[in-house]
Amino acid sequence: MPPDTLLELRRLSKDFATQRAVDDVSLEIPRGAFFSLLGPSGCGKTTILRMIAGFETPSSGEVWLNGRRIDALPPYQRNVNTVFQSYALFPHLTVQGNVEFGLRHNKKNKKGSDDIIRVRDVLQQVRLEAKASRRPSELSGGERQRVALARAIVLQPDVLLLDEPLSALDPQLRKQVRGELRDLQRRVGVTFLFVTHDQEEALSMSDQIAVMNAGSLEQVGTPREIYERPRTRFVADFLGAMNWIGGIGVRPEAISICPEGRKATVTGVTYLGSFCHIAMALENGEAIQAQVAADAAFMPGQAVCVTWNPEDEVQVS
Amino acid sequence: MKLRNAFLAPTAILMAITMLAPLAIIMVYSLLTRGAYGGVELPWTIENFTRLWDPVYGIIFLRSFWIAAVATALCLVLGFPLAMFIARSGTRKNLYLSLVILPFWTSFLIRTYAWMFLLRDTGIINSVLQALHIIREPLPLLYNDGAVILGLVYGFLPFMVLPLYATLERLDPSLLEAAADLGARPWNTLVRVTLPLCAPGIRAGAILVFVPCLGTYLTSDLLGGSKTVLIGNLVQNQFTASRDWPFGAALSLALMAIAMVLLFSARRKGEELL
Repeated sequence: MPPDTLLELRRLSKDFATQRAVDDVSLEIPRGAFFSLLGPSGCGKTTILRMIAGFETPSSGEVWLNGRRIDALPPYQRNVNTVFQSYALFPHLTVQGNVEFGLRHNKKNKKGSDDIIRVRDVLQQVRLEAKASRRPSELSGGERQRVALARAIVLQPDVLLLDEPLSALDPQLRKQVRGELRDLQRRVGVTFLFVTHDQEEALSMSDQIAVMNAGSLEQVGTPREIYERPRTRFVADFLGAMNWIGGIGVRPEAISICPEGRKATVTGVTYLGSFCHIAMALENGEAIQAQVAADAAFMPGQAVCVTWNPEDEVQVS
Repeated sequence: MKLRNAFLAPTAILMAITMLAPLAIIMVYSLLTRGAYGGVELPWTIENFTRLWDPVYGIIFLRSFWIAAVATALCLVLGFPLAMFIARSGTRKNLYLSLVILPFWTSFLIRTYAWMFLLRDTGIINSVLQALHIIREPLPLLYNDGAVILGLVYGFLPFMVLPLYATLERLDPSLLEAAADLGARPWNTLVRVTLPLCAPGIRAGAILVFVPCLGTYLTSDLLGGSKTVLIGNLVQNQFTASRDWPFGAALSLALMAIAMVLLFSARRKGEELL
């Protein structure tokens, strides 16, 4: 594998009784990256995570970590840690007990004063020093999520696997935690493999995104590449609303309504605060949508003209 | 009266008649003098309780506790893997659970007799071993403490398995995955996660096994022979052969008191008993 690749999946597949969950996925994850696996639920992204963690055995293919093949090792022998979707905090242990849990099994570091400092340090990083002696049941959702993070990063894994860690939080908090998570990743320098079905989450946090659909990899690239140059129609649609005009894709925000251009009729106007969403029908009957400034005044039935910059056109295979 | 309470009334009346009333009778009897042919007579006395301090009875109490404790521990050791197996067997759970409670379809007395047929000198086990020339003389399998413990473990194992199963079944599998993920080997996961989280089930099972084992008389009578006298047999004796009802009443009250003290001390602060 290339020198900067930390984790590599080679032709990985997983069959369950009734279906193939992961189908021949090959992927290289660079050291130190914030890497996202993005796709709708049931696309196999969590199964990939579970095969890396060691909870599922691949039907075929290999998992390589740091130049070592790990797919046959039990979970407790892999230097990867997981932040579970439900957090899976131990309810009978305090925050401190949860964070210390893995240190006792870590053969590299014999339990000692070093550990005490590390636990304190990690609790500080996630701003939970004051709640070290609380039980998980006494914490808020956001705090629980931070305990799950602390418990994993205290072990300094090669890769931290995050299985939709924000999905249990309420929407307001979720946006705030995105930034925090990104900052934490930069600070601790651990490679993050982040599983999500939320394209906004993936776009806002990742260095690289792999988009999955029905067990297969659709496209791998930076957030900008994936959004602006999607290679398949699935990627284009999954990353955000897309107008398909004669087989060519144009994002709604790239469409402007001007005095000249292709004729269209407004069919609906939705006010969304910071912008307006305009639904229109072209002369040939194709439906398109545009995103315009909130103060623009359009009425359903109104005849308009639309135009866009050819550079914004997306062509998919 | 609310409808809900109306439906509760039969149970309440039944409990009062079958539990509280006999208990009251026992309390009264324990303070009376024995009648010449059984039964009780005046005057009132506390002599029945002072007699309890005789070391003879102390030894019987201790033996009973010891045998009940060993049986409970064995039930736990045998029942835990079984409960874990059932909790993880998916769609076959109900089949296995019904197998666990299948013995209840036959009377406990008959099942205990069955053990006698297996264990006695001319029983199936000894006959087979002798026929195979593995042993020459029959092994002393029956009429000892081991046989009593065997009978108790056999009889009360389901009472341990069912509460253990109930807690294990509710155990979130992702907690076990998390433990493995954090580097715990299976044994460490068992000790540091599974067992602590099953503590309520272990306590409930231990109580459900220990209490009836402590008061057993049938098992010790049939499998223990005359050598194994437990509190249960002692109490039974007072009401039959010895015709000392007041002392029998005092003995059973003492047993009840000790069992309750143990139960409440086993309860953790702020937790319910079961």
